[in-house]
Amino acid sequence: MNRIMKHHLFWPLTMLGALLLFNLFHSPDFFSIKMQGGHLYGNMIDILNFGAPLILVAVGMTLVIATKGIDLSVGSIVAIAGAMSCMTISKGEDQNSLSLVLMAVGLALVLSLVLGLWNGLLVTGAGIQPIIATLILMVAGRGIAQLITDGQIITLSSPKYAYIGTGSLATLPFSIFIVAVVFAAASLLTRKSALGLFIESVGTNPQASRLAGIRSNIVIVAVYMFCGLCAGIAGLLLSSNVSSADGNNAGLWYELDAILAVVIGGTSLNGGRFYLSGTLVGALMIQTLSTTIYSVGIAPEITLVVKAFVVLAVCLIQSESFRKAVIRRWKTRHYPGEKEVTRHA
Amino acid sequence: MKSFKKWGVSLALVALMVVVSACGGNNKGSNASSSPAESSKAPATESASPSESAPASSNKKVVLGFAQVGAESGWRTANTNSIKESAGEAGFDLKFSDAQQKQENQIKAIRSYIQQKVDVIAFSPVVESGWDTVLKEAKDAGIPVILTDRSVDSKDTSYYKTFIGSDFVEEGRKAGQWVLDQYKDAQKDVNIVELQGTTGSAPANDRKSGFQEMIKSNDKLKIIASQTGDFTRAKGKEVMQAFLKAHKNIDVLYAHNDDMALGAIQAIEAAGLVPGKDIVIISVDAVKDGMTAASEGKINFIVECNPLLGPQLMQAVNDVLANKEIPQRIVTEESTFTSEQAKEALPTRKY
Repeated sequence: MNRIMKHHLFWPLTMLGALLLFNLFHSPDFFSIKMQGGHLYGNMIDILNFGAPLILVAVGMTLVIATKGIDLSVGSIVAIAGAMSCMTISKGEDQNSLSLVLMAVGLALVLSLVLGLWNGLLVTGAGIQPIIATLILMVAGRGIAQLITDGQIITLSSPKYAYIGTGSLATLPFSIFIVAVVFAAASLLTRKSALGLFIESVGTNPQASRLAGIRSNIVIVAVYMFCGLCAGIAGLLLSSNVSSADGNNAGLWYELDAILAVVIGGTSLNGGRFYLSGTLVGALMIQTLSTTIYSVGIAPEITLVVKAFVVLAVCLIQSESFRKAVIRRWKTRHYPGEKEVTRHA
Repeated sequence: MKSFKKWGVSLALVALMVVVSACGGNNKGSNASSSPAESSKAPATESASPSESAPASSNKKVVLGFAQVGAESGWRTANTNSIKESAGEAGFDLKFSDAQQKQENQIKAIRSYIQQKVDVIAFSPVVESGWDTVLKEAKDAGIPVILTDRSVDSKDTSYYKTFIGSDFVEEGRKAGQWVLDQYKDAQKDVNIVELQGTTGSAPANDRKSGFQEMIKSNDKLKIIASQTGDFTRAKGKEVMQAFLKAHKNIDVLYAHNDDMALGAIQAIEAAGLVPGKDIVIISVDAVKDGMTAASEGKINFIVECNPLLGPQLMQAVNDVLANKEIPQRIVTEESTFTSEQAKEALPTRKY
């Protein structure tokens, strides 16, 4: 039992379970899944589908945070990637031609890699603190996205592009498979090769790692590029899900949700240690919370307050010192005479 | 020797100043006699008695200074184009500036219009507050100000002549009225879900209250769920997905703008239902994508939120200059579209 409780996934999973349990009691058909026009349909599928972009962004964010960095620009990269691909497709003659869609996707992904490279170079080359370095792109990025779309919302009618975000493969949303591939790649690269160790060591002490023979700068730049790529894919999912690009609103505040998912997953913001599986659970929890709020019917005026309280509760329960304090308090309350006795003796 | 040189220089400077200022004085005098149009305009703007400005406008083109918010949406672009076009048609000389969503830029633009002594200043305030100083400057210079699209919170309403813009409550009422008419003989409950705009924004609050005001007269009409979709497609879709699962019998969807309705339509289609038939959809704005969906029968009723307020603005400018009484509030002419009307109107829509 103790070993299970010590596992880093124990508390995130418990919280996710509690949230799902609440839904089970509130409306039992929350979990009902049925076949609808050749694919599965239900709240759980929705959570996976809508949660997919957040999981992607959060996975990239986990690695950045593991190097003691942070990437605030992911929301803007989401918007830029969506804008870029939609713009390319809308310029084409036949919006549904496969080569055009592939080219648009390729362009958007290359662009997001470049943006990640920019972040990485600012952090390593210019030596700017990550929070400031990525803040630059966070602010400028929305402008870039609006520049690409000319400040308008671009609407597409391209079933091939829409497939990325809404299509289904083997009765499951296609986006789930994209997430699975990216997640598996990230896990394998970091856990089955030395890369994960490099990232953790750079996060603990970049100077010492460099002296030990790790090229810290290359590791950091690579991590920011991966984070940019993840955000780019998320941008494709989001824009293809609604077949439109909205430079103003796409991926707005995504960086905060992603950081939250990473923290709920048990990764420390101080770097040096990361849990990709924890991040996955954290992102799913955030999406489950949103869906729960919509289906329970909480008034929009207080939605954010409710969210904040749940997040607060999650963070408190995860904090070991808080748990200890509560347990100590609880124990002393149970035996009020104990203190008395020792004093008299 | 050195000090002499200094003295000489300063003397020469003083002499030059005297000559220049004398020239300036001369210039003024000669100007007054050479261009009567210019001189007749000057007292018109300075004395603030518009009766004198009538001859000015007949001699010379009316100069209208317009400070736009920016170009943040398709709605705004249509708004700008409408003002530019109708100013050209009215024969006004339009001085146009784009504030790029910044109040300071807009204040700068208005100050420069005051210095250029334009005949009328019109602008869409970026934010509601902080306009008193610059509006007072315009008032002191005797230049009438007209607000378009958005209002200011100045206590002193004499700072501006009128405010031309949409009435969001009325838009909500129009949507509510249509629902009321459609379901007046409803036998059983009509379940309505609402996708609100950004929580706390004026259009969201007003469109909500106007709608509720109308439908409360029929107790069969029930809003069973209401949630914000932040005026975006992505959020509209996500919230609608959840609504569709939580409530099995939704009859009507009321979305505060077209974008959320478009997102919701995708959610409804994914649920295997037919938007416009299984779930009746009402939306506000009437932008191009929304009208296209309406013409395909996917949106049943759209209340227009009209950005084309150029003609009304030019009319107001003429009235102000002719010293006619105009109301403090001019509501934009806005219509509504059913699917059939949308199909007809779509080819000629400007935005």
